Amino acid sequence: MTSAFSIFPSRRGVVATLGLAALGVLSLFVGVSPLPPGRLLRDPQALQLLVVSRLPRTLAALLAGAGLAIAGLIMQTLARNRFVEPATAGTAQSAELGILLVTLLWPAAALPLKTLIAAGTALFLATAHRLPPTQPFLVPLFGIVYGGVIGAAATFAAWQAGLLQFLSIWTSGDFSGVLRGRYELLWLAAAMVAVAWVAADRLTIMALGRDAAIGLGIDPARMMQLGLVIVSVVSALTVVVVGMIPFVGLVVPNLAARLIGDNMRATLGWVAFGGATLVLGCDIAGRLIRFPYEIPVGTVMGVVGGILFLWLLLRRS
Amino acid sequence: MIRIENVSLRIRATPILRDINLTIPKGGVVALIGPNGAGKSSLLSLIARLRPLQQGTIHIDGLPVDRTPGPELARVVAILRQDSTVASRLKVRELVGFGRFPHGRGRLTAADLEIVDQALARFDLTDLADRFLETLSGGQRQRALVAMAFAQDTDYLLLDEPLNNLDMHHARELMRSLRAIADTRARTMVIVLHDVNQASAYADRIVAMQNGRIIADAAPLDLLTPDTLETVFGFRMRVEIIAGKPFVLHHL
Repeated sequence: MTSAFSIFPSRRGVVATLGLAALGVLSLFVGVSPLPPGRLLRDPQALQLLVVSRLPRTLAALLAGAGLAIAGLIMQTLARNRFVEPATAGTAQSAELGILLVTLLWPAAALPLKTLIAAGTALFLATAHRLPPTQPFLVPLFGIVYGGVIGAAATFAAWQAGLLQFLSIWTSGDFSGVLRGRYELLWLAAAMVAVAWVAADRLTIMALGRDAAIGLGIDPARMMQLGLVIVSVVSALTVVVVGMIPFVGLVVPNLAARLIGDNMRATLGWVAFGGATLVLGCDIAGRLIRFPYEIPVGTVMGVVGGILFLWLLLRRS
Repeated sequence: MIRIENVSLRIRATPILRDINLTIPKGGVVALIGPNGAGKSSLLSLIARLRPLQQGTIHIDGLPVDRTPGPELARVVAILRQDSTVASRLKVRELVGFGRFPHGRGRLTAADLEIVDQALARFDLTDLADRFLETLSGGQRQRALVAMAFAQDTDYLLLDEPLNNLDMHHARELMRSLRAIADTRARTMVIVLHDVNQASAYADRIVAMQNGRIIADAAPLDLLTPDTLETVFGFRMRVEIIAGKPFVLHHL
């Protein structure tokens, strides 16, 4: 809780904004079809490309990145553990299972399957909160085991139905399929970031523990539900629209905690910003590394995020 | 006034509190003493609604603790738990600021910031205000938590072993501060203490618990006698009266 309510009180904020803006512009003009900025004015087809493909893709990367980073921040706050994020808590596997079941049972249904995914994450957080905070490795361990169990169920079901390839297409994060009309659900992730902003003080207090929260007049069960809704909606939407992107929710909140601390009112803006920058940057890199072919953002992020995470771990000691 | 009537508590089959009746009038310092496992912390948790009431009733200023909305009660009573480990990377000033949460729901006004500054100054934390909690020693962190409870600015303050980790100087300073707050602002403190001599020096009244029951409840001079102490703690110790206050020589 700070007296200053501006999101970016410093010069660092201006630099970060400019950097993200530059990345955003770069993202509009990088891709398989050449799109020199000068052609936009003369060529209606170029404008079409920009509006239908490049702009939605850029926005999707920004929204997914910000949303996932915030989801990770909230999971870490509520589980009181720095090593959890949507990708390490069975969310991806719950999503696989959810999507698979919907495909098998109601092939016509498009997106309501997100409820199933939400249920999977909710169960994790509700259980993780009961684990003692004095045992920091229990929570991620539980997440991995939990994810493994659900993943096994999903794989078995997919194998029985001959849909194994289908599974991997859905779950690996990739922005190349994002077009206008197919990413707009992600704006809900932005709405969730706004909700988190409103509840930031309460969420920070939740990290002080149940007793402290009650002592300050907060209902821990209700805050837990709110956090679950935010985490579930964000992770479900990103998996459904672009697939799973690992490490964003892990690395970005940890970096913010290292640099600024755990007061969510102060870090939330930075976390959302950092997530958006990281995902967009990785997507652009994925487009450029093997030009004109693309490397999915999930793969790039796996490498970049893994290196960042190792760096964080090694600096800790 | 805190009114506790017929309160019992069991955890699974084990009785923790047995039929507690206790009235604590407004203003003053009450010390809760007793051996480990006597039920002191559990009683404090029940008063602060950290645990659901199983049997009996507890009212603070007429508000039933189990039915009053949380935010309302948070402006009447504050609690410091015995083992509050803060895992968050927060600065001391931020932590103390959260004590103001029940009043502004997160918005710190100029008056709130003033109270936070006062709390920092009172508990000797001004120089540490912008340090992260994890960089502090155990005693400094303990003082930050007390300052947070103080900043909550409630009429009733429940403290579970606030002297944990404090050196002699800061233990004395803390007890003197609490005494001063109780006297000048007519606040009510209920403090769990292990050091009976601190209780003797600073409390108006001592409540002794053993095995889930209150077995003695009187002013320090009347309660700290060799006989009562033997009943509570199970061994005989010498008590000397120095400067009008009883001192328990339990080390001899």
